[in-house]
Amino acid sequence: MRRWLLPTLLLAVLLGAWQVAASTGALADLLNLESFLVPSPAEIAESLWQSRSLLTENAWVTLREMLLGLGFAFAVGVGFGAAMHLSGVLKDTFNPLIVASQTVPILVIAPVLVVWFGYGIWPKVAVIALICFFPIAVSVLAGLRSVDPEAAKMMRTLDASRSQILFRVEAPTALPYFFTGARLAVVLAPIGAVFGEWVGADSGLGHMILYDNAQFETARLFATVVILSAMALALFGLVALAERRVVTWR
Amino acid sequence: MPAKAKEFSVASASPASGSEGAAGVSIRGLGHSYGELLTIERLDLSVPAHGVLGLVGPSGCGKSTLLELIAGLREPQRGTVALGGAEDPAGRLARCAFMPQRDLLLPWLAAIDNAALALRNRGIGRVAARRQAAELFSRFGLAGFERAKPTELSGGMRQRVAFLRTLVAGKPVLALDEPFASLDAITRAEMQEWLAGALRADPRTVVLVTHDIEEALYLCDRIVVLSARPARTIDELSAPAPRAPARDEAVTDPEFVAVRERAMQALREGAR
Repeated sequence: MRRWLLPTLLLAVLLGAWQVAASTGALADLLNLESFLVPSPAEIAESLWQSRSLLTENAWVTLREMLLGLGFAFAVGVGFGAAMHLSGVLKDTFNPLIVASQTVPILVIAPVLVVWFGYGIWPKVAVIALICFFPIAVSVLAGLRSVDPEAAKMMRTLDASRSQILFRVEAPTALPYFFTGARLAVVLAPIGAVFGEWVGADSGLGHMILYDNAQFETARLFATVVILSAMALALFGLVALAERRVVTWR
Repeated sequence: MPAKAKEFSVASASPASGSEGAAGVSIRGLGHSYGELLTIERLDLSVPAHGVLGLVGPSGCGKSTLLELIAGLREPQRGTVALGGAEDPAGRLARCAFMPQRDLLLPWLAAIDNAALALRNRGIGRVAARRQAAELFSRFGLAGFERAKPTELSGGMRQRVAFLRTLVAGKPVLALDEPFASLDAITRAEMQEWLAGALRADPRTVVLVTHDIEEALYLCDRIVVLSARPARTIDELSAPAPRAPARDEAVTDPEFVAVRERAMQALREGAR
């Protein structure tokens, strides 16, 4: 009860305060702005409803990018994490480069990706995959390495092969770590999608944000952000649900 | 695998898969060091088939290393370790099952599936492996707990499942590393009785490492007292035989007490 009630209460208080501050013009005065630039929650909700078909259409575009990007991120992240665990040579070779790849500002390489992959869905997918594979690879590697060495020894005296140790002991031990990485990845995905769309797109929620900002459609801009974060929350919820179904021993 | 079921019947000491039925342990001139640190100086030990040897010594004297050497998880730097005549690590691995200090039950598997791990590793299907392990569950007082998750079991129950997991492997030699160290005194006493009974019903060659002299003398035929690092033999004692199956009765026997005191003295001497 408390887990739901308190955050809901806090959200209601914040929205209420915002509503009062925006609708009385106090917030706009404070920021020295025209009042249409500072929409109230009610106005945002109204815009959400009025632009529902446009938002749905673009949300679908962005969701597809996110799901594809996450799909690649999961495959590559789990693959690299496992490969680096199984081979010390691979780990020493790839680990520094993987960490270094995360220090490159994604906004800088996004334009290059557009040049390479064109204006379609792929540069966005590539940006998302680039951002999201990292937490997955790191968490999978950490999880596989967290196995008690005594357990591996015990398995060897119980006639386990290397792959049996991997699948019967190491992989299940790594699962909770993997899910932590997956939670991080799914909340990073919308950020990647928006970056990807900002560089060059003719649809999608990131594209709409850019457009509405230029047109001073501030209410719809906030409405777009609401949709974007709702999608991230839904993905986060799915990961949490999957974790609860799979990791039953915790 | 109809032939395998027989392996676990009470009286039989019949072959485990891939190894001879019974195997003794023979250690000659064994030495080991970690870098500069000499952990085992020079050790000669032999355990006859179905003999139970206790290794007692101060903490950090290399007893766990010794068990890993016996089990084929490590290669000796000097000297030889042979199990049933096999000196190569693969041959030793095939003949020895290892029970670590902590039970290390896999929390995502039911008790029965934990116990059946060795069978599953050998490619036996889940149903057949469970059937085979279930037989031991009822024989060793764990009936009804087959489907329990390890977190639902008490410390003593977990150790029983861990020991059955070692037994189900069907290896002639068992290496037990302080199996009851984490248990409270009452549970430990119960478990010692239980293990003594289990070994009477299903005899194996056992090397048991423990801190507890009383435990060693109650469970083993013979105990070797090791010195502080680098480990060497201080004294070798035979446990009084025959011992009463009931632990309280056995350990209060005057002869038992006398041997215990002698072992204690050797241990003190070796710790210096």
